[in-house]
Amino acid sequence: MTVELLLQTLLSGVLFGLVYALVAIGLTLIFGVMDIVNFAHGEFLMFGMYAAFWGFALWGLDPIVTLPLTTLLLFGVGVAVYRLVIRRITDAPMLSQIFATFGLMIFFRGLAQYLWKPDFRSVDHTIVAGKVAFAGLQFGLPQVVAALGAVATTAAVWAFLRFTRLGAALEATAADKEAAALMGIDAQKMFALAWGIGAACAGVAGALLATYYPVFPEVGSTFILVAFVLVALGGFGSVVGAFWAGILVGIVEVLGGFLWDPAYKMVLVLSLYLIVVWFRPQGLMGKA
Amino acid sequence: MTRRSPALALALAGLAAAVAFPLLATKVTWQNAAILMLMTAQLGVAWNILGGYAGQVSLGHAAFFGAGAYVSTLLSVKLGISPWLGMGAGAVVAAGLGVLVGTPCFRLKGHYFAMATIAVGEIVQAVVNGSDALGGAVGFNLPLGETGFWGFVFNRSKLPYYYIALGLLLATVGVNWIVNRSHVGYYLRAIKDEPDAARSLGVSLTRYKMIAMILSAGLTAMGGTLYAQKELFIDPGSTLSTGLSIKIALVAILGGAGTLWGPVLGAVVLTAIEEATRIAFGGTGRGTDLVVYGALLVVIAVFQPSGIMGLFTRRAPRPVPPPEPEARFP
Repeated sequence: MTVELLLQTLLSGVLFGLVYALVAIGLTLIFGVMDIVNFAHGEFLMFGMYAAFWGFALWGLDPIVTLPLTTLLLFGVGVAVYRLVIRRITDAPMLSQIFATFGLMIFFRGLAQYLWKPDFRSVDHTIVAGKVAFAGLQFGLPQVVAALGAVATTAAVWAFLRFTRLGAALEATAADKEAAALMGIDAQKMFALAWGIGAACAGVAGALLATYYPVFPEVGSTFILVAFVLVALGGFGSVVGAFWAGILVGIVEVLGGFLWDPAYKMVLVLSLYLIVVWFRPQGLMGKA
Repeated sequence: MTRRSPALALALAGLAAAVAFPLLATKVTWQNAAILMLMTAQLGVAWNILGGYAGQVSLGHAAFFGAGAYVSTLLSVKLGISPWLGMGAGAVVAAGLGVLVGTPCFRLKGHYFAMATIAVGEIVQAVVNGSDALGGAVGFNLPLGETGFWGFVFNRSKLPYYYIALGLLLATVGVNWIVNRSHVGYYLRAIKDEPDAARSLGVSLTRYKMIAMILSAGLTAMGGTLYAQKELFIDPGSTLSTGLSIKIALVAILGGAGTLWGPVLGAVVLTAIEEATRIAFGGTGRGTDLVVYGALLVVIAVFQPSGIMGLFTRRAPRPVPPPEPEARFP
């Protein structure tokens, strides 16, 4: 095996891992603020992909062009899901929260199948089609653009949490609901915001992914499992943790497929996850 | 005893109805739906020991179910060993797998535990999927011929499957009842509600969680063997998927996790909803049944978060030990 081939494999793993991370960041944000694991998160990604697809199929608009719209749309979907369903189960036991978001997952998948049929659909040509050569290595341009977009979005979310008052309020609510409420922060608003941003992140990931990945009603199931692993691996609620975990898992996945057998790449990823939580039950960057 | 008699009467009436049902409802579709209900209920009750009483929410129980289905099938297909013995072997393998899973995972709390069990379930599924010796993604067909009781294949009538499923369900409820009544049950609830207090009183958390895991995994595996013998076909998608794991948990949650009869009730309601929406809307192939089913799940979770059993019990949802008689001075 040549060094180029290894490097090529590693970097393509990183490119995909960054998109994984973007999906997981929304999930971990929602969990961090509300202690709810959203089983329907893959469906936000699916809706993002369909939004990108229909923009292209109906109006000939490129997924990259419609990206801001997709982001806004998914933000709205996230807030709506919070207002209509999640708000009512905020203080319910963990079991019924699982029940509710799992029901949402089935509902959304059924809805997509009902509205858009179970077919695989893809965006035929986009402005980001093609290849880029870099130091003797070759990557698909859509993959590179998606990875860069994922990094930019992740950075934006991180900066929002770190440097804005609203972000600080969100983090305060995540750290201690009661104390934050005493400081005059409206928890309900923060929860809705977390769901909006979380869904929007998945929407961005979906739009970027739509440039090179087919969309179908069950597409979320592939990504939600990895997203769960990233959230737990990075530490529930840690945006930075999910980001690094995404890169790590992307690399492990391609290396596993490359050196061993593609059928077992998930086994490797999941085993890595179990080994990490064996030594660090709170994940790589989670609070103990 | 008089205080308990209404519940006892209700249980006996339910049992009588369950025994009589397939004799009265002779349509095969009805009998099939009833068998599905009993098998689902059994899985929910088995899950309940770990997820309900001990509060360790497993979303990987399909691994144990699959262990039961695969061990008995491999033994009978490759070695001609009776599936009844395979059922026992499957339960032992699943219990062993449970110990293997529990050892690292019981250190994890709440969501972390649930996620880890999903990972375990997915690993088992991927390994079986990729292994030719285990049938790979294609799975196994079991021989179709009627072999009678010892061979565990019946195709002249659904009744044997029905009564085996009923018997297995009753046995599983029985184990639950015994656990619930014994000191193990009290320890498990203590571990669930007040783990630190339980530990400080000298209760070994890992030991009792492990007991719950072994019982739960073994009983789930027995359900897996029954499934394999009834369907006469198993593959990773039908016996090892995370979707199945979550459904097993849903049954118990819907009925009321941590209650004796909740999972049974949950299975009846969930299977009924599933079958009804499938029959009413499933023909189109457009996912209408999923839309209705999913929406119903959300509505139930929102309006009845404590499960169906919560409708009947105004008091604490779990039995409270009788108070010590007060010391009296003559």
